[in-house]
Amino acid sequence: MDEAIKTHPELSAIFNEDEQRVDWHDETLWWIRQKRDKSAHSIPEWEQLRATASQIKNNVLSDLANYLISFEEKAIANGITVHWAADAAEHNRIVHGILKDNGITQMVKSKSMLTEECHLNEYLEKQGLDVIDSDLGERIVQLAKEPPSHIVLPCIHKKKEEIGDLFHVHLGVPAGTSDPQVLTETARQHLRETFLTRKAALTGVNFAIAETGEFVVCTNEGNADMGAHLADVHIACMGMEKIIPERKHLGVFLRLLTRSATGQPITTYSSHFKKPRKGQQMHLVIVDNGRSIQMGREDFRASLKCIRCGACMNTCPVYRRSGGHSYHNAISGPIGAILAPNLDMKKHADLPFASTLCGSCSNVCPVKIDIHQQLYKWRQVIVQEGYADPTKKIGMKIMNFTLSSPALYRTAGKAGRWVLKYAPFTVNNSMNLWFKQRDMPTPPAESFGEWYKKNVKKK
Amino acid sequence: MSRDQILAALQQNQPELTPLPDTLSFPRDESLDLKEKFITMAEGIGSKVYNIASFDEIAPLIKASFPDAKRILTVVPELVSAEIPAFELHEDPHTYEDVDVAIFKPRIAVAENSALWITEDLMGVRALPFITQHIMMVVDRNTLVPDMHAAYEQIGLADYGFSTFISGPSKTADIEQSLVLGAHGPRSMTIFLYN
Repeated sequence: MDEAIKTHPELSAIFNEDEQRVDWHDETLWWIRQKRDKSAHSIPEWEQLRATASQIKNNVLSDLANYLISFEEKAIANGITVHWAADAAEHNRIVHGILKDNGITQMVKSKSMLTEECHLNEYLEKQGLDVIDSDLGERIVQLAKEPPSHIVLPCIHKKKEEIGDLFHVHLGVPAGTSDPQVLTETARQHLRETFLTRKAALTGVNFAIAETGEFVVCTNEGNADMGAHLADVHIACMGMEKIIPERKHLGVFLRLLTRSATGQPITTYSSHFKKPRKGQQMHLVIVDNGRSIQMGREDFRASLKCIRCGACMNTCPVYRRSGGHSYHNAISGPIGAILAPNLDMKKHADLPFASTLCGSCSNVCPVKIDIHQQLYKWRQVIVQEGYADPTKKIGMKIMNFTLSSPALYRTAGKAGRWVLKYAPFTVNNSMNLWFKQRDMPTPPAESFGEWYKKNVKKK
Repeated sequence: MSRDQILAALQQNQPELTPLPDTLSFPRDESLDLKEKFITMAEGIGSKVYNIASFDEIAPLIKASFPDAKRILTVVPELVSAEIPAFELHEDPHTYEDVDVAIFKPRIAVAENSALWITEDLMGVRALPFITQHIMMVVDRNTLVPDMHAAYEQIGLADYGFSTFISGPSKTADIEQSLVLGAHGPRSMTIFLYN
């Protein structure tokens, strides 16, 4: 585990080796962003919905402890067993303990980014348990032994031919199969067998209602429901920020979630789990794992408002061209880059720099998190704490030195223009990071300062 | 105890209390034809919609659409006939794995997204609306509401063990964003609008 982790620029460089794939990835995600726009623009009250969702989430953060207590009380009264986990390790131990108590060695799991964050699958496999992911995209990356590259679209980085190859090896489809219809049908048959034979099912939680003690799980495939309703033991895992105060608030969040995520008006299933069915055990694990610390960081606590729609990823010019795996974190993209440094600042010091700070993420966020401003603030914290990349520090020092002296600035500008004009080979090479995947611009004949002096000052 | 430590840490770190919105009232286009909107959304998502004048039209439509269906059952008592047997309760949900067509009557139909609210008592067993190969919904036009806010207003604090909104057939676009109907749940959804 402790091997040196490659940084975002290094991992992006690998992703960028195949230019056509980058273009395809970029265009696919932009298309999803456009679907989101179309869907959002069809709702005249969209901005009012965002503002309302943001206000509800701000209230949740300001009173989270009480909401959790109320939620727990109601959930217990409903017959749900509630567990609390301070960190990923405790979460994993709790899930393992529930399975062990019931003598279960095989589990089916629907999408849960929290369990990715906690690396539950790896942990359970080490204990000799078998976990099968049932979301199609998650099953695909699981077969490929990769983490999801996107929180909503786990295998968005994979081409259908690659998926066909995986299904050929693992599920026995004929070599060369790449029709999505055929591949999906194959997965349906394979996973139906899994659903019918597993005694335990784990699901995530999209929303937990403090008022009623119920939780809501949203899927398009129906995999969370297939798992939960057929299993003897249902385990639901939630980050503790998933609380919303009242049932009626779901109206706001369910209208925003999928329109922001994929442009759909709502997921196929929005299932409200309130009580276990007769003879079934229902467990709920409430997980902190750094969230209470993030709550104490005034500049960054708003990141806990996130409802995991993925809109910030689809719109991000850096994410679209570097791929989710370049963020080396369960949650990638702009939101991942502000959540990850809280968990491990040193390991994720590179992520807040993986942004152009264009602000598009903040503009599409359904709960109005100031994502790009937090990215900018994290950079300052990371430099102050001494975790910044040393070459970045040297560059910043030179920049500071040059920009604080007008004479130096003018000389440097002249030198730059001269170099681009007469010795372009000195910058058009791999030593210059700005040359990667770009051509350097043609230099202007003169600087604005020089032009201004000639044309305006004379008058 | 992790619980108490977590709650103490939160109490320590939470910001000052901010209020919830006073009301959840959003502008609404009152001239909107709910039925028309609902049908547009349902068909857009991939459901088939029939306007029916009488329940007698349903059995022939099932026969025409799913001639090979072996196990058909209805959780709607009014529809029970020689062709459509009534749902019978078995404790073990696995016994419904070979159901081809199951028919339900949801409580609320939401025009803005064709979501149908169905509580556990109208499902037979929880697994049934998901495990059946094809799902059919008999929707009373009088249960149409414009949007999710109106739906939750009607739901209020009703008690149930499990309930769900179903807006169409189960689907996925995980492979290169190509939409495929019939992921793990029903391959198709048919809606019969009546009244």
